[in-house]
Amino acid sequence: MMAQSQVQTENAPVLEVNSLSQRFGGLTAVDNFNVKLMSGELTGLIGPNGAGKTTVFNLVSGFYQPTEGQILVDGKPTAGFKPHKVTSLGVARTFQNIRLWNDMTVFDNIRVAQHYWLGYGFFHSVIRSKRYKKREAKVAQEAQELLEVFDLQRFKEELPKNLPYGTQRKLEIARALSTHPKLLLLDEPAAGLNSHDVKDLIRLIRWIHEKFDVSIWMIEHHMDVVMELCSHIKVIDFGQTIAEGTPDEIRNHPAVITAYLGDDNI
Amino acid sequence: MKKYSLNILLVVFAIGLLFAAHFRIIDSYIQIVFMTIGINIMMSTSLNLVNGNMGEFTCGHAAFMCIGAYISSILSVFCFGSKFGDPLLPAASVLIVFPIIVLIGGAVAAVSSLLVSVPSFKTRDDYLAIISIAVNYMIISAIENMDFIGGSRGFQGMKDTVWAMIDIFDGPWMLFWVINFTIFTVWVIRRFISSTYGKGVNAICQDEVAAEIMSVNTNKIKIINFMVAAGLAGCAGGLYSHIIGYVNPQSFNILKSTEALVMVYLGGMGSLSGAVISAIIFTGLLEVLRSQAIIDGLLSPVTMMFPDWEPSAGVIKWVMIPLLLVIVMQFRPEGIMGNRELGDVFPKLKKFYRFK
Repeated sequence: MMAQSQVQTENAPVLEVNSLSQRFGGLTAVDNFNVKLMSGELTGLIGPNGAGKTTVFNLVSGFYQPTEGQILVDGKPTAGFKPHKVTSLGVARTFQNIRLWNDMTVFDNIRVAQHYWLGYGFFHSVIRSKRYKKREAKVAQEAQELLEVFDLQRFKEELPKNLPYGTQRKLEIARALSTHPKLLLLDEPAAGLNSHDVKDLIRLIRWIHEKFDVSIWMIEHHMDVVMELCSHIKVIDFGQTIAEGTPDEIRNHPAVITAYLGDDNI
Repeated sequence: MKKYSLNILLVVFAIGLLFAAHFRIIDSYIQIVFMTIGINIMMSTSLNLVNGNMGEFTCGHAAFMCIGAYISSILSVFCFGSKFGDPLLPAASVLIVFPIIVLIGGAVAAVSSLLVSVPSFKTRDDYLAIISIAVNYMIISAIENMDFIGGSRGFQGMKDTVWAMIDIFDGPWMLFWVINFTIFTVWVIRRFISSTYGKGVNAICQDEVAAEIMSVNTNKIKIINFMVAAGLAGCAGGLYSHIIGYVNPQSFNILKSTEALVMVYLGGMGSLSGAVISAIIFTGLLEVLRSQAIIDGLLSPVTMMFPDWEPSAGVIKWVMIPLLLVIVMQFRPEGIMGNRELGDVFPKLKKFYRFK
């Protein structure tokens, strides 16, 4: 019985999106989008600029409420949930342009991201109750461990704005992981990195995927990153899914080539 | 020792001040100045929570001071005054009841802040400024039209409470309460803002989208933060009304809100020690510029050219202080302390005290 339920949870999709559509006025940014991410998968979402990739992420993370369709995180519908609520269900994300809290130390950045399970409120913080001390110690310990495994320990008291770009990316991913996600959405993690940093990033993502037992869904323009990391790729253009499959299938898919390179008969 | 150095220093200072006041070493004018400093520290630090730490812009902070002042005044008259009939409570209980009355005033002010925060935090930026001004006017007009608490003539009778305290022991009681509540205010704010919970406020200031996505319940934190600020301003109002012994709705108008704003911007946004320092400087400056002799001295080159002109200190003061603000904004736009605390500006102080 026990074993069965465990098997079930392992096979349950972390994220299930059914016929999702988003319209901004007359523009259909996402049209009838479906996806099912199993736990432990590393999936890619690609498409030309303006294809609606980030809109999909914004919908999944709760920034927009979808015009149509349903999003299930871990089997639970997220309709009407604010982003912080969706995050506490287990979806964390990073941003295309790094969005760290630049005037707070690296340590604070990671601690504040654990707000959802802080478990104390204003009065506890003022009277410094037992619960406050216990929770705060727990949060600090989590943050400390995360800093150590990410090798950010030496930047603990630095301000993120003073860190090199690649380290900021790393910190942003570490911060996202501090919310204990089941699904990590990476929005163009390689944007702005040089080829050396990109190699590091590939190694980092693969390492995170193994170490943290988290499903990863990434948007990326660097094809080498996507092709090397992802086991499954979805391609969208003008809000519509035009192809999906393994990296090899995608590489030779005619619709993808058309979308990226244009038609032959111009 | 390092942990308690500031606490010891504060206690020594407070006791020293109280002794000096009790044995008439400092006269009642100096006492009033110290009490005003205390009230202003409460106003500027609490406003700094919203305008500095949270990065929103509210300019109706005096409205909450007004609510606190009226609520605690009315309660105080009910409990110990004779204006609404016989006092409800025996005069001997005043020492316990008075701080409770002030805190109730603060609590009501905190609840009333929902009037501003609930509609305005759904949107961003300028709306809070507009709504807070509107609420400031609303509250003043509402009180002006309530005849049973004096309307625009103001409300008095709180001195009975102070007399009741003096009957128990003849000492500088209001100074005592102001010192206590000022320390209480700074203590509450410091603990709140240095907890991980309160750092959510700073996160909202720096990147609200990231805060929301990183599981900070931004709307709730903003409302709570605003409630704390309003509540502390309400406490300040309660004390103010008991110091003066008279409240008038017009003393909490937009000019009072502006004073609080000036103190926050002078001190530096988001710096608690900056807010305290600027409240002291600002109040001191107001008192200094009240003197006709100093104003005459400052303006002597001008009055020599125009001998007919006789500037009055009360008017010129309000030229000087805004001018100061213009100068500060020109040469040090981040305020006296920027967003740093005392320990960051003077690292040597860290030897004596553990800053958070």
